[in-house]
Amino acid sequence: MKIIATDRQGKTTEIEGRDGWTIMEMLRDAGLPITAECGGACACATCHVYIEGGWYGKLPPPSQGETDMLDMALAVQANSRLSCQLTCSEELDGIEVTLAPE
Amino acid sequence: MQEAQGIVGEVISTYNDAGSRVLTKTDCEIPMSESSPIETDVAIVGAGPIGLFAVFELGLLDLKAHLVDILDRPGGQCTELYPEKPIYDIPGIPMVTGQGLVERLMEQIKPFGATFHLGEMANGLVKLDDGRWKLSTDAGTEIVAPAVVIAAGGGSFVPKRPPIHGIEAYEGISVHYAVRKMETFRGKNVLIAGGGDSALDWTLNLAPIAKSLTLVHHRDGFRAAQHSVNAMRELVDQGKIKFHVANVKALHGEDGQLSAVTLAGHDKQEWRHETDALLPFFGLTIKLGPIANFGINLHENLIAVDTARFESEIPGLFAIGDINTYPGKLKLILSGFHEAALMAQAAFHICRPHEKLRFQYTTSSSSLQKKLGVT
Repeated sequence: MKIIATDRQGKTTEIEGRDGWTIMEMLRDAGLPITAECGGACACATCHVYIEGGWYGKLPPPSQGETDMLDMALAVQANSRLSCQLTCSEELDGIEVTLAPE
Repeated sequence: MQEAQGIVGEVISTYNDAGSRVLTKTDCEIPMSESSPIETDVAIVGAGPIGLFAVFELGLLDLKAHLVDILDRPGGQCTELYPEKPIYDIPGIPMVTGQGLVERLMEQIKPFGATFHLGEMANGLVKLDDGRWKLSTDAGTEIVAPAVVIAAGGGSFVPKRPPIHGIEAYEGISVHYAVRKMETFRGKNVLIAGGGDSALDWTLNLAPIAKSLTLVHHRDGFRAAQHSVNAMRELVDQGKIKFHVANVKALHGEDGQLSAVTLAGHDKQEWRHETDALLPFFGLTIKLGPIANFGINLHENLIAVDTARFESEIPGLFAIGDINTYPGKLKLILSGFHEAALMAQAAFHICRPHEKLRFQYTTSSSSLQKKLGVT
């Protein structure tokens, strides 16, 4: 599957996603400047992304833990998610994400 | 996650956002005097799990340590980011929470009487003429030691700064990430942003003294303690404070003094809101901070070390835990523990150049057991 990722300068890159890995890991491994300081424990809100292109509604809803953690993220919007909580799968092929400001 | 206000606020939080009791400054030894430089064997920057275990390994070799940490309690990321989350890969402990691990480490190092300088940021490191180091902090503490250990993880925990254009110019004047004196806000129009315990606690504490108080959060739901949320909603119902589902988009004012902000709701509708002060409470994030100015060559914000001594390219300056890098490095707590043990052996030769290091096991050595207070 592919992830269409846009950085904070508006530059878009296509990243290959590995089934079962998180989108945060894919963004990080592709060298995008995503902090993810807790390493994927849903404990820091520094892997915050906006889900674009109508993909938000196709995602499994956030857990209570993710919703709570988003309270510690900056510039949260209706399409905000924590990318460490999103797992790559064929259903998400072509998902569009934009890095939130930090 | 406990937020910045707990460090210096008049109301010291002794719980984190998960609602559990955390260690605070009063749980640790507080230095007697900070007027003249403290002399010790090893100065440790960072009181996370690896800095704490370093105290143990150094202590077995009779080396005394002073620790500096910007947080007001030991534990680093374990207590700040995931106090309630389980850790499954500590050898011999099938499961322990972040907070639980720190409590056990504090118990384990108790015999060694390390001194903690908490709520202080290590911000200067110089080599003295006699070959020792002088580590200084933003609180004026100076520690002189033959060896310095950087166990700072990703750096310093600092308040998250909202991405609002030009916010830096208002910081410390009308934008505050912590409440130092509640009186500052008496008779003022105050705007609080956030949805965690700090945002809610300060909403409740400042409401009686502020001229007006408005809370904004991106949703009509909060991760704060339920009783705080209930109390806040009661004040809203009584018309004593206002709450909006909104984000702060822009600041308006002059010379650092706010006069108004632009708020935006989820429907992108924007409006102007007059205020004298803005208090954003979005928890803490990690920035490398002054370590960048310690004169060490950094590789992508990490300190390169050798894997026999975990010493940087500068003799006497060690780096252990997440802050270091070497071929094969894994950012695991257990790796940091190993690094602490080897660092201590190397630090011994720097601190006690004329003494022979006797390698002993805690299981069988009566002298080690005496140090541990178990015989």
